[in-house]
Order: sequence, then structure tokens, then C-alpha cells
Amino acid sequence: MDFRFTEEQLMIAETARKLLADTCTSAQLRAMLSAGTARDATRWDALVETGLTMTMLPEDAGGLGLNEADFVLVAEAAGYAALPEPLVESAGIAAPLLASIDPANEYLATPELSLAIGHPCNPYVADADTAGALLLERDGATYLLRPDQVELRREESVDPFRRLFSVTWNPEQPISRDPGLWADAFDRGALFAAAQCAGLAQRAIDIAVEYAKTREQFGKAIGSYQAVKHLIANAQVQVEFAKPVIYAAAVTLPNRDAYSRARISHAKLAAAEAADLAVRTSMQVHGAMGYSWEVDVHFLLKRVLGLAATWGGPGLHRARVMERMQHDKLGPEHTFARAGEG
Amino acid sequence: MDLNYTDAQNEFRLTARQWLADHVPPAPLPHFDASREGFEAHRAWERTMHAGGWSVVSWPKEYGGRGLDLIEWLIFEEEYYRANAPGRVNQNGICLLAPTMMEYGTPEQKARFLPPMASGEEIWAQAWSEPQAGSDLANIRATVTQDGDTLVLNGHKIWSSRAVFADWAFGLFRTPGSERHKGMSLVFFPLGAPGVTVNPIRKMDGHVGFAELFLEDVRVPVFNRLGDAGQGWNICMATAGFERGLLLRSPARYQHAAAKLAALYQARHNDADPALAPEVAKAWMNAEAYTLAIYAMSSRLLAGGKIGAEASTNKIFWSELDIHLHQTALALLGAKAELLPEAPDATSAGTWLDGYVFSLAGPIYAGSNEIQRNIIAERMLGLPR
Repeated sequence: MDFRFTEEQLMIAETARKLLADTCTSAQLRAMLSAGTARDATRWDALVETGLTMTMLPEDAGGLGLNEADFVLVAEAAGYAALPEPLVESAGIAAPLLASIDPANEYLATPELSLAIGHPCNPYVADADTAGALLLERDGATYLLRPDQVELRREESVDPFRRLFSVTWNPEQPISRDPGLWADAFDRGALFAAAQCAGLAQRAIDIAVEYAKTREQFGKAIGSYQAVKHLIANAQVQVEFAKPVIYAAAVTLPNRDAYSRARISHAKLAAAEAADLAVRTSMQVHGAMGYSWEVDVHFLLKRVLGLAATWGGPGLHRARVMERMQHDKLGPEHTFARAGEG
Repeated sequence: MDLNYTDAQNEFRLTARQWLADHVPPAPLPHFDASREGFEAHRAWERTMHAGGWSVVSWPKEYGGRGLDLIEWLIFEEEYYRANAPGRVNQNGICLLAPTMMEYGTPEQKARFLPPMASGEEIWAQAWSEPQAGSDLANIRATVTQDGDTLVLNGHKIWSSRAVFADWAFGLFRTPGSERHKGMSLVFFPLGAPGVTVNPIRKMDGHVGFAELFLEDVRVPVFNRLGDAGQGWNICMATAGFERGLLLRSPARYQHAAAKLAALYQARHNDADPALAPEVAKAWMNAEAYTLAIYAMSSRLLAGGKIGAEASTNKIFWSELDIHLHQTALALLGAKAELLPEAPDATSAGTWLDGYVFSLAGPIYAGSNEIQRNIIAERMLGLPR
């Protein structure tokens, strides 16, 4: 029992954090917003160069053979940076799905191409137009299509960096008929959405703290008032008790049982709630500035809005938790239980 | 990251489980704050635990413990709650004073005070707060003066948990004329010593577990001071530090309650408001989240890490989850929720009511949640004082 990330895991996360701190700044997001773009080729190339898009791929597909526990902090860092590019969906969710069917697939061999995923739990496919290929599902089977083989209709999101599409397509030749792959993809999707929410929440708190240190009213920094301190502290508490759930869920995801699935759902619920509280708190601390586009709160708030409702909303995840509570072992000795144990 | 117990940890769990199954009293003991009888029944349980070597598992072996690390302690606590074992009447001593004494006490003090604490022969109360010193503990006025080898204590302490029936108390006193954090000493005194008056205070739950203490020229040997004169504040802050915060409320307590809540929901959900289902799930998830956070913190501490102000997030989280959990139970019980345990129709309702009333104290004791929020804001996040 050792609930700590390894040095290697922390190093990968640090690489992602540093790269994003340098290349995904507020100024860069604003430049993209003015230009109406959602993908920065230079930044994506940098992500590809560091190998971050390949982390979850098996070694025979040219990847690092890492697992969800290795990637979860990368997803958190992507959330913290409000990263526009589909690193998490492509590298964390879609690529492992394709690799589990066909590790030698040409799209995996071309790491600069992103993959989009049309999971039945989500009505729209994110970043479908810029993807090299789309992974789509019909009746549990998996289909791999190029964007020019489907009909895309843009569905504008409040989040300027979420490029959503309705996809119309004809299923022809599936590359797999195993529906279990989509259950796995759902688990990874929910887990990494939770991790992004945790990152977004922490960013919202951090910018609120910075603002509260410098903004003065009644002759004092507003962060010296308890009313402001306590708002921010409450948000931080929620983040502190979402993160360990996310990390444990990442470690036990490969168990693929009622326990691991309920923990993923718990992570998604807790992280989405923490993120909701954190972004609204950040807005309140920033006052009218927080309601404007002058500060970055709006980027974070809009991303949280989208992530909270995708990869399963609260109703679905709560039902999975209730299911586990009603049918599986409860009590203090079963925190780390898995199916089939005595 | 490895979320599997080792074989040794699993084996330890089974050993603890077996001993508890063989020794835990079959019926709940009367509450230790309710009567002398309840208090003594809990003392007898401490004695039984001590005889089996289970009363102070995380202490070093030389003082009667098993030298367990934090993970093993968590496992022990999980089994303890699983077994429905009695509340720990000497928690003030075992979890709050003892770790401090092990750090700051002389070998003679440890030899004198720790063994009878471990056996339950001497049960401890705390005497921190005063009428004008609650959240602002540095405002205490009770004094200590030295007369040769003797310390003379005077003052007025209040909200002393366990002090009505306990044998000893530890508290903060200051040199006359000193102010704020300077000049304080941590001193032990027998509650039966000449000059000590103990006035019981009835708590919300009707029990007299609190006391107000008046000390008039209470004489104790200098031997009863922990650390040097004037060191009291620093020693006291060490007591308030992370490990004590962790030891005070083990996660198993809430997981056990959450499992019982789930059973209550199963039994009553046909009659209950469907809106309560998400609350039941939330209560259970909160207990799980607290547990996972504590396992993560314990792993960091075991690896030599330090935990600072983020310990304050624990206190807020467990105190709030406890209230929410019990509120949910009372809501499931509906109109039965107000029944006292002795009401003929109460069945399990009364114990939930007791738990609810007790949970209401959580945001107040061990440093009010408002103080914890200040600590998080200032020391964790760096907001200005």
C-alpha cells in the first residue's frame, strides 16, 4: 500500500505542465479566440515532439506502454491550462481504443494526426474536422473513418475551443465487434474528464488567489477579508477531496469491476462539483471582472460546463455509485476491494 | 502507486479482527459521558484492550504499544469500527497528549504517565479553553507560578471534555504578567487535587461530558510540566498538528456510518422521499473520499513527507460530512428521527439522533472551521493576513 505517484509519473506530469505553462498562456488563448481558431499547430507539434500523444500506446505501437495512472496527471495539467487541443480525447481515450484493436494501425504510426472519438454517451464529436480519423460506434462495434467519409455539421459550443460536430455516417466494415472496448473508453473518458475538471478547479482558485492579493477595496487587499478567504478555502477543500478519488480511480481502472467503475463515477461527480464551485467562486472573487472576458475565468467556466455533462452526467454516474452501494461490499475494510475477492 | 495491502498487512488485519471478535462486548456500553457507570465500563474495556496489547497500537512497544505505522493504524481502525467496538474514553490522552509527551517529555515523565494511560488506569481530560479564550487560545489567563519544586495553578478552564469523571487533565497556563504566545506552560494536574472544583456542564445531547474547572492554588510538582517554562504554546501547536488531527478522526468511523446509512436506506427507501437517494450516495462518497485522502497523506508521511496547513482541509471535510451523513439518516427516519433511544418505537432511530447531535459539535471543537478556513487561505494559498 503506497498511495503516491512514482518519480517517473511525476516527471511526465511535470513535462506536460511546463510545456503548457510556456505554450498555452492566457495571451495565446486570447490570440486564438480573436483569430477564431481552436488548434495551434506549433503547440500541437510540441506536444507530439515530447511524446505526450504516445504515452498510452503499447510499446508495439511505438508508444510508452503507460497506463491511466501515468496519464491522469497529464489530463489534470491539460485542464489546468484549459488546453484547446484534443490531447486528452485523442491520446488518452481514442488512441488506446484503436491500439487495443489494431496496434499497427497507420493512424497510430502518425502521431501528429489526432483521433476523434464518437462515443454513444456523447451526442457530439469533439475536434472531428481536424482529426486524422474518427472512431465511431454502432451496436457495440467500432468503425474507423476519415473526416471526408462522414458528414460533419458544426454545433457551436459556448467554449470557443471546443469544436463540436454532429456526425452523419454509414456503418460499413467494423474493425471490431467487441462492445467492451467502448465500456473501457467510457471509463477512460469519465476519468480524464474528472482529472481535467480538477486541473480547471485548481487554476480557477489560483487566479482568484492572485487577484485577491492585488485587488484593493477599502484600502486593503480583498484577500485579507475573511469573507473572501473563506469562499476560496471552501473551493480548495472540495478540490483536495476530489483528487485522491481521481488518482485511486486511475490506478484501479484496469480492474474493470463494479468497484473500479463506481470509483471512476465518484471521481467524475466530485471533480465536476469541485470545478463548478471553484469557477463560480473565482468569478465571485473577481467581481465584475470575473463576469467579463477581461480575465480568464470565462475560459475555465465554459470548459467545466462542457466537461461536466459529457462522458456521463451526474445522473448516470450517481446511478453507477448507487448500484455499487446496493450490490457490493460496503464498510471500512472494503475501501480497496475488488470483485471476486473473499 | 500501489493500492494493494501487503500480505503482512492482510495478516495483521485478520489478527486484529479475530481479537476484536473474541473480546468486543456484545451489547453497547452506556455512554462514557452519561454516568460514572458508563465511564467505568469504558475504563474496563480499555483495560481489556491493554491486556491484549491493543489499547495503544501506534505507540512504541516500550510503552505498551505495537509500534504500528500509519497504514497499519488505519487497518486497525477499520477493524475496530467494523467490530462495533466501544468509543475510546481515553482518546484525549492516547491520541492528543501521548504523541506530544513522546516528543517533549523526559524519560521519567514518559515512564510515569504513559503506562497508566495505556492501561486506562489514568484517564485524561483536556483543559485548554477558558471563558475568554476559545478560538483565540493565546488569550488564556490561568496562571502558573513556581514555588521551589512546586507549581501553583490558578484560573478558570471550560469545555473540558471528559473532566467530570476523568483522573487527570492537561492544560495551558501562563506566567503572571506574560502576554499572548509567550510565557505559557503545559501542565498536568489531578482532577481530584485540593483546590480543583469540577462543575459539570450539560451538553446538547444531555450528557455531562463537559466540565468547567476552577483552580485555586492547586499545587503540583514541577515534574508535571511538559517541556520548559514558556514553551507551552509551541508544544500545544505541535499537538494541534497533522498527525493528531489525523488520529482524532480516523476515516473508518465515517465509512462505518455510511455503510449503516446505506442499510437504513435499503430498509426504508420505499417510504422515504426519493430525493434522498442522491444524498445517501453523497454521504457514502464523502466517507470514501476522506478515506482515500487519508491513505494518500499517510503514504506521504511514511515516506518522510510533511503535512502542513492542508491538514485543516481534513477537519472541515470530516466535520461537514458527518453532519450531512446524519442529517440524511434523520431525513430517512422521518417523524421517528426525534425519538430518544429509550422510546419504545425508536429501534435504531435513537442512535442516529445521538450521532447527529454529536456531529453538530464537529465544526466547533479542535479549532473551529472558521479558523481552519483562515489557515487554508493564509498558509496554504498565501492570502494576506
